[in-house]
Amino acid sequence: MKIKHEKSETSRQKEQPVKARRDKWVLCLYVAGQTSKAVTAFKNIKLICEEQLKDNYQIKVIDLLKNPHIAHDDQILAVPTLVRKFPLPVRNIIGDLSNTESVLVGLNIR
Amino acid sequence: MKKKEVQAQRKTLPKAPTSIQGLDEITGGGLPKGRPTLVCGGAGCGKTLFAMEFLVRGATLYNEPGVFISFEETEQELTANVASLGFDLDSLVKRKKIWLEHIHIERAEIEQSGEYNLEGLFIRVHHAVESIGAKRVVLDTLETLFSELPNQQILRMELHRLFQWLKRKGVTTIVTAERGEGALTREGLEEYVSDCVILLDHRVIDQSSIRRLRIVKYRGSSHGTNEYPFLIDEDGFSVLPVTSLGLDHFSSSERISTGIPRLDTMLSGKGYFRGSTVLVSGTAGTGKTSIAAAFVEAACKRGERVLFFTFEESPNQIVRNMNSIGIDLEPWVKKSLLQFHATRPTLYGLENHLSTSIKLVNDFKPGIVILDPINAFVLGENQTEVNIMLVRLVDFLKMKRITAFFTSLTSGNDNMESTDVYVSSLIDTWLLVRDLEFGGERNRGLYVLKSRGMAHSNQIREFILTNHGIELLDVYVGSEGVLTGSARLSQETKDDAEQLLRQQEIGTKQFSLERKRDAMEAQLVVLRSEFEAEEAEANKVIKIEKARNERFTQDKVKMGKSRRGDVIIKTSGTNKKKRNI
Repeated sequence: MKIKHEKSETSRQKEQPVKARRDKWVLCLYVAGQTSKAVTAFKNIKLICEEQLKDNYQIKVIDLLKNPHIAHDDQILAVPTLVRKFPLPVRNIIGDLSNTESVLVGLNIR
Repeated sequence: MKKKEVQAQRKTLPKAPTSIQGLDEITGGGLPKGRPTLVCGGAGCGKTLFAMEFLVRGATLYNEPGVFISFEETEQELTANVASLGFDLDSLVKRKKIWLEHIHIERAEIEQSGEYNLEGLFIRVHHAVESIGAKRVVLDTLETLFSELPNQQILRMELHRLFQWLKRKGVTTIVTAERGEGALTREGLEEYVSDCVILLDHRVIDQSSIRRLRIVKYRGSSHGTNEYPFLIDEDGFSVLPVTSLGLDHFSSSERISTGIPRLDTMLSGKGYFRGSTVLVSGTAGTGKTSIAAAFVEAACKRGERVLFFTFEESPNQIVRNMNSIGIDLEPWVKKSLLQFHATRPTLYGLENHLSTSIKLVNDFKPGIVILDPINAFVLGENQTEVNIMLVRLVDFLKMKRITAFFTSLTSGNDNMESTDVYVSSLIDTWLLVRDLEFGGERNRGLYVLKSRGMAHSNQIREFILTNHGIELLDVYVGSEGVLTGSARLSQETKDDAEQLLRQQEIGTKQFSLERKRDAMEAQLVVLRSEFEAEEAEANKVIKIEKARNERFTQDKVKMGKSRRGDVIIKTSGTNKKKRNI
């Protein structure tokens, strides 16, 4: 659990300085606690992003258990949900992202 | 401890009152507390409103805050939609009594990759419940998830988990669902929600819409199983559980005047029973409304409140028409003892009529309710429905100890008694007014067809509408049969003439008798005077004879003396004897 959490922290820290770049992809991963699905989902998206976007991305992990109101604000129903906030339009992918193909379709990378 | 508590709870099955008019009566107190209830029905049957009213009543009346999770309408839409029913959601939301949560999902934006769960929904419900300490939750309409989210298997598992979770939380939940083909719900939600299922129905029969509610199941509790009509109006939801009331209403032995003295006499001298049901039926123009108006006036004079439902005439028209027979209803309207309610029967459905009637009765609290006429409701083949509605209405009025007065128009051709047979059993006192057609004119006849619990007259009475009210006359029953109107009048004159003639004859006879007596007496006088004359004559003769006789005796004595015989005494003795003879 803790390890996962640090990871998300580090990724956020890593990405933040480069945020200035316009074409940087912004992805939000909504999870509810450090469940195995959440961990799998994070691993999967990280892998995909590394492959496809190199450094040109930023992943925010949002734990709904800690901030339940975000679920309301961002209209999250299923977890894990990956939301592509940038580039627009916003796109949602639900599930543990184990199907790489559909993630790529969902993110419109291909 | 906990186990014991649970067992104790099971025994009584705690219920969450809905305060929806009538629903608590048929469910025996409300929905199962702390359990989910499924409310299903077709589009536009009032599921959302039902759920919303449950929440609002809970929040305002029972201090049970509620969460409304809407999958279809936004918070703003919901607030606007129910504002027309007098629910101020904005204020309730501000006071943390209600929490509105709109869950927006759009299939087009969602891609699935791998397994997911609905923890996000759980978190949101949980967050909402915790934020205001909610005791009630509504999920409207959960089935939207099925069309918007991929992978039904996961969805079903998650829903199952959701209901378990809600039960654990101990919140009373309403889940709404669309009605499916051949099943209660489109997605089979009844599998998950098995404690209480309420079915709402909205159907159209003969162009009039009828809303009905049925409790399909209610685990662990008895409940009314019928279809109950319900209504959505400006006061929200109301179910009419009147058929469940049964026949245990109180019967008063108090009597109230009909407003027509001689009709009172026909009903064993006192009039109708209070709280009974009176029907006046008859063909067109026989004065049914007039009889009703007489009753109304009498009631208002006693200071009772009367609610007059009219389905054919406007209140003004009735007031004007009744004025012409000397019944002035206007002062009672002004004193608000009399309230008219005029609607066209076709304006809305029967159930709607019934519930508006019941509402008006509850508001106005009358002692007497008039329905003029009841068969205005019969359109086409809906007589059974009309009958059911009337049974409900009569039951309701009897419960309230309100005297019900119905008029019914019968067609002249049919047998009048059988025409109204569908309401016959409801009626306590049934007056029949009919046309008596005779000698080229129509006259009104009235008789008491039945009157439960009193010795009533069996006479047919002719009644006339005069400019000072309704008058009942005796119809002519004589050698010529039953006569009314001018036939009766002419027969009466004829009778009068005959009687006069007879009287005259008697007079003549008496007169001649008198004269005979006079003649006889006159003769008597003559006879007597003749007799007296004869008597006097006879006496005279007798006197003369006597005198002669005496003289003869004296002569004899003298002769004897002169002859010196001793027969003086003897002869005087024989003389005496002779006279005596």
